[in-house]
Amino acid sequence: MTESNTPALCGGFDEATEDPKQILLLPNWLGRWALGLMLPALLILLWQIAGNLGWMPPGSIPTPWAVIESWYVWIFGPATPLAWHSGTWTLYVLLSLRRVAAGFAIAAATGVTFGLLLGWYSVMNDIFDGLINFLRAIPTTAWVPFTVFFFGIHESAAIFLIAFGAFFPIATSVAAGARQTPRTLIRAALMLGTPPRRLLRRVVLPSTLPVTFAALRVGLGLSWVLVIVSEMLAVQGGLGYALWSAYQVNRLDLIVDAIVTVGALGLISDRLLVQVSHYALRWQRGLIGR
Amino acid sequence: MNNAPVIACQGLTKAYRDINRQKYVVACKDITLQIDRGEFITVVGPSGCGKTSLLYIFAGFERKSSGQLTIDGRPIEGPGADRAVVFQEFALFPWLDLRQNVEFGPRERGISRSEMDATVSRMLRTVGLESAASLYPHELSAGMRQRAALARVLVNDPKILLMDEPFAALDAQTRLTLQRELSKLSAEMALTVMFITHSVEEAVLLGDRVVVMSARPGRIMADVKISIPRPRDPTSPAFNDYRREISDRLEQASMTTAASQAEGP
Repeated sequence: MTESNTPALCGGFDEATEDPKQILLLPNWLGRWALGLMLPALLILLWQIAGNLGWMPPGSIPTPWAVIESWYVWIFGPATPLAWHSGTWTLYVLLSLRRVAAGFAIAAATGVTFGLLLGWYSVMNDIFDGLINFLRAIPTTAWVPFTVFFFGIHESAAIFLIAFGAFFPIATSVAAGARQTPRTLIRAALMLGTPPRRLLRRVVLPSTLPVTFAALRVGLGLSWVLVIVSEMLAVQGGLGYALWSAYQVNRLDLIVDAIVTVGALGLISDRLLVQVSHYALRWQRGLIGR
Repeated sequence: MNNAPVIACQGLTKAYRDINRQKYVVACKDITLQIDRGEFITVVGPSGCGKTSLLYIFAGFERKSSGQLTIDGRPIEGPGADRAVVFQEFALFPWLDLRQNVEFGPRERGISRSEMDATVSRMLRTVGLESAASLYPHELSAGMRQRAALARVLVNDPKILLMDEPFAALDAQTRLTLQRELSKLSAEMALTVMFITHSVEEAVLLGDRVVVMSARPGRIMADVKISIPRPRDPTSPAFNDYRREISDRLEQASMTTAASQAEGP
């Protein structure tokens, strides 16, 4: 394999002599990727060996292999009313994803809009500052009983909780960012003919974009926390529901499956958001050492 | 009509409220100044003499505290595209590439893309940046950024150009080139220019008149007409005489301030 790979690489090198870095970057990037995977792989191996050698008390912590087996059943098993953990994985993933997507979308749209208004218009800040800081001081999880009472065991309960919880960090960060808009840029726009009422859209919004994306990442992470909380307590189906159900029947293997699934989804959604921000902030590239 | 002053101010005073110390700070005091159409005046003065405050009042960014001020015979109500400002820190919009930065003004004034395209391209060519049009501000050198900032305001065809130490952050060679280009452009476009600097040489090189200000509170100490034909040679004896005169005035200005500060409460 190595023999056949090397000439191919060299061939590519010859063709792209103008920028040899492009070719050299690939193995480098791959190498770093492999380096990053080494530790997790080692930990999983140790975990499996510990299980096989009986270092862990039987019935307490499952081995990686047991985890994978139950995962297989959860994904590909026949759907049956007798076992919630057979063949329901895709459905649960989609349920959680939908809740996060809806809740986060609402939080992002309202949080960014409201944050910009709050940061730019001092009247808005005077009106809302007290209320927002009070609501922000209440942990979102404290709203769960109220939410269930109000919405019942229903989708809207989960979506409300996510949107409500993610709104505050997004709005307050964006407001702080909008307040930091460089004064010379405002003046430059005014001097070029921008009417004051259009400054928000033409200067404050783009200038706040880097802070906005950082705030959205925080909001997205919080959305995943809140979807699990609400599925454990307020709605049926979804990965949080799976986690809680597995706990109630002492299925640690399924708990691990659900945890790893949530982690992977959180990571993928964050990466997607980072990709979007790289595109939206391409004017910054090279500015902050990336 | 043609010689009527474009900018005329009389007894202009600007005071700021110092919130931390609960007192007023007078930035510039009793400024009486006339700038004629097509005239290039340079303003020199020690730092903190209120020259930037004066420029910001002309630009409409800040309000005067008292005194008279008219531009083209009318009082100032706020910033406007007729008075172009070039800042020391360039103030290009970092999220727009060079061409979009230059297009910003025309767009805000509602000019269609097809109408502005030729003008924008010509302006980029004028400042020698046509090949860099798709670069973002952080990818440019300081000299290129200031050229872009100049193109961004000149594309609006302003009558008045207000420049706040525009070349202070540039290296000597770039500064020299840009000074020459600015001289040429302002004559070609018949611009009325107020140019703030702390370099006496730059003031004499560019100005039809050099206005010398004292340190806080800023007052006009001298208003010297430079009658050397352009292009000016900074090594000529005539140039040197002017430079010495301005430097002496500037020294007097800072001495006066030091004395008044020593006497002050």
